[in-house]
Amino acid sequence: MGSHGIKDRVAIVGMGCTNFVEAWDKGLDDMVIESANAAYASAGIEKDAVDAYWLGTANGGMSGITLARPLQLQNKPVTRVENYCATGSEALRQASYAVASGAYDIAMAIGVEKTKDGGFQGLNAVPPPHDGTGRTLTAAAMFSMVAPAYGAKYGVGADKMREAMAHVAWKNHYNGARNSRAQFRREVSVETIVNSPKLAGDLGVFDCAGVADGSAAAIVVRAEDAHRYTDTPLFIKALSFIAGNGSGVTNPDYDYTNFPEIAATAVDAYAQAGITDPRRELALAEVHDCFTITELVLMEDLGFSERGAAWRDELEGVYDLDGELPVNPDGGLKSFGHPVGASGLRMMFEAWLQLRGEAPPERQIEAAKPGGDRSMALTHNLGGYPGEMVSFVSILGR
Amino acid sequence: MRGIISFAAYLPYRRLDRSQIAPFVGQGGGKGTRTVASYDEDSTTMAVEAGRLALRGRDVTPTQLLFGTTFPAYADKTNATAVHAALRLPGDSLALDLGASVRSAVGGLVLALEGHGTSLVVSADVRTGLPGSGEESSGGDAAAALVVGDEQAGPVVAEFLGRASVSDEFIERWRVPGEVRTKTWDEKFSEISLVPLGVRAWNRALEAAGLTANDVQAAAVSAPLARVAKSMGGKLDGVHVIDDHAATVGNAGAAQPALLLSALLEQAEPGQVVALVVLADGADVLLFRATEALGTYRPARTIAEQVAAGGPLPYGKFLAWRGMLQVEPPRRPEPGRISAVVAARNEDWKFGFVGSKNPETGEIHMPPARVSSDGLHTDEMVPVVMADAQGTVVTFTIDRMAYSPSPPVVFAVVDFDGGGRLPLELTDLDAAEAAIGQRVEMTFRKLFTADGIVNYFWKGRLVRNG
Repeated sequence: MGSHGIKDRVAIVGMGCTNFVEAWDKGLDDMVIESANAAYASAGIEKDAVDAYWLGTANGGMSGITLARPLQLQNKPVTRVENYCATGSEALRQASYAVASGAYDIAMAIGVEKTKDGGFQGLNAVPPPHDGTGRTLTAAAMFSMVAPAYGAKYGVGADKMREAMAHVAWKNHYNGARNSRAQFRREVSVETIVNSPKLAGDLGVFDCAGVADGSAAAIVVRAEDAHRYTDTPLFIKALSFIAGNGSGVTNPDYDYTNFPEIAATAVDAYAQAGITDPRRELALAEVHDCFTITELVLMEDLGFSERGAAWRDELEGVYDLDGELPVNPDGGLKSFGHPVGASGLRMMFEAWLQLRGEAPPERQIEAAKPGGDRSMALTHNLGGYPGEMVSFVSILGR
Repeated sequence: MRGIISFAAYLPYRRLDRSQIAPFVGQGGGKGTRTVASYDEDSTTMAVEAGRLALRGRDVTPTQLLFGTTFPAYADKTNATAVHAALRLPGDSLALDLGASVRSAVGGLVLALEGHGTSLVVSADVRTGLPGSGEESSGGDAAAALVVGDEQAGPVVAEFLGRASVSDEFIERWRVPGEVRTKTWDEKFSEISLVPLGVRAWNRALEAAGLTANDVQAAAVSAPLARVAKSMGGKLDGVHVIDDHAATVGNAGAAQPALLLSALLEQAEPGQVVALVVLADGADVLLFRATEALGTYRPARTIAEQVAAGGPLPYGKFLAWRGMLQVEPPRRPEPGRISAVVAARNEDWKFGFVGSKNPETGEIHMPPARVSSDGLHTDEMVPVVMADAQGTVVTFTIDRMAYSPSPPVVFAVVDFDGGGRLPLELTDLDAAEAAIGQRVEMTFRKLFTADGIVNYFWKGRLVRNG
């Protein structure tokens, strides 16, 4: 028994990522064709060279045919996976294990979501038949309960909390403004963020991630084959995933100031990768900033900040683009947008760019470049709510 | 001895100030307030609340449930079964709806009093009417529940002494099923049609009980119109007629007879004889003698306490809740219908609010679970009734985006006394009232209706005075 990981046994050798936008003129098929073709080109392979596919989409379609039909794949195994907002990461996880096992030589993980075709705000899933007793709250409302609880536990006044959360949004918009693929490419002032209309609790519009259409894809091979495709492959150092048992929702001991599933995946991932001081070892982190308060708490669950200190670190610029550990240098969910099935792979795409020195100069992290003194990136992807969450952490590196 | 073992009225929290009506509509309204069922209440949920109050503190198990309302949630399907399920009454019992008229509601009481076994007679009504109508203004939403039985089943607080009924056919008022507008003929016609029937029933009831009017200390008159009630009250040989709450509650339709009987009994002293006079498509007069047991009985929440505890509701919101005014909803999908199969499987949880408890660790699961949260115990749980538990708000939020028939949604994480936590929607409060540390109790409500199926479940409400 044990979680051993597949450190340095699998490599990403090609990636593609569409612009994340409100794609009124493009369908799901268009988006997967675009990201898949970009990934084939990136790896320098033909479509038929890929032996197996994992498609992550939360609501985009059922079964692997959702991908096989638009790409017209000829007799290929295609598996559709879903794991809430960690769906894209799950696709990569499955594809990686498949090549690590030796079952396939080349696999593609591809994620896609068309969120804007439904006509409603936010993310909406059709539930299976139910008895009508479940919660019907929005994700914003569930996460909004974290901010006052965190403030009360650590003695952080409402004003300071507001300021720290606004800094998260400000930072991610700053970064997104330097990303041609991002949904929102505009810097936003702290004043605008603070004064935005409230959606749930004290969370305003600018505390919430954008909802976009988009697709991202990765091609994975066994590590020993990686250099056939690229001189700068990205090796998988760790993959950790936990589906929480939901007990936090009804456990009187849960205090809404942390996400235990995330802390557990972080511990597992660091053990797999051999990381002992993530804040100083990682070149960057792409984390699931679905709401500003979420990113704040993640800094502690991922071990970057001490408990109760993330708000101060955030305000001191530790996680800014030029900070000690840049977090969400691509703008994060906040400004890159959140096409559910694609987001986990989009995070890896930023690691792919940064660790290969291919990010645009205005957001390239010096330490992350080949030859820089930090060679690993973390991606963190969650789904669900406080108390009832799935969590994924990957460590990718040169 | 047979009679009333316990009684209680339920008044919804919201109050409409009648003076708000005329400035908005240009007509109608009047003085005082009326009670208003919340957007998440209907005749079934109010019947549950009244039933809970009547059964609380009484160790009695009705084996028959009779439910009367003029405004049922369902036709064809019985409504009383939802009430029965929410009250966790035994499966081996009879639960049925009475016809959708005021007369049926008092008729249910007569049948229970003159039958045998222990009955819960519950009536509830949502009083509708077009904006600016007399019915809208004079009506009030309420429910009342009476436990009827022999003294062997429980202490009888009001002994049934006798009754008389008169029936007649005339069109005094009418409403087509499914519509909200009750039409009336002519107040004078109502008076001359009903009052003589009431006098006949009054005299015959006294005779049946072997009493004279002098033996009666107080009466309550339930009539469709204030004019008729007043006229009838003047013909009861000088017997004191108690206030009918027209100025605060309004006329509660099918719930009015039991509401007034509850009021009579709340005010009566042991030994006193009281009369319930009901005019509706005829007349029924019922006579009771308060027993010594009444001296120690008090409903879990009195009418006076509930009258005093109401909160105001703006007229625009009243119209929206009644479906008279369509308001732009949040841009979120409306919920689909629930699964009848899953609801049936989870009846104890959905209707009875029964969770499970791990006897080993004391851990409480809501909804009930077969496996404990540590994964170590399977199928060792015992049921735990949470419907009457109170709790405290640990944290809360206001969701302005979630679908609700009346946004915003106030949502709180509640820790129950004695264990157990559940995130719950709160109701009967203004968003600004929510606060950490507030005390919360459970109330049976409808969450939404889809494809005609009412999704009943429990919400939290603040524990208010009384």
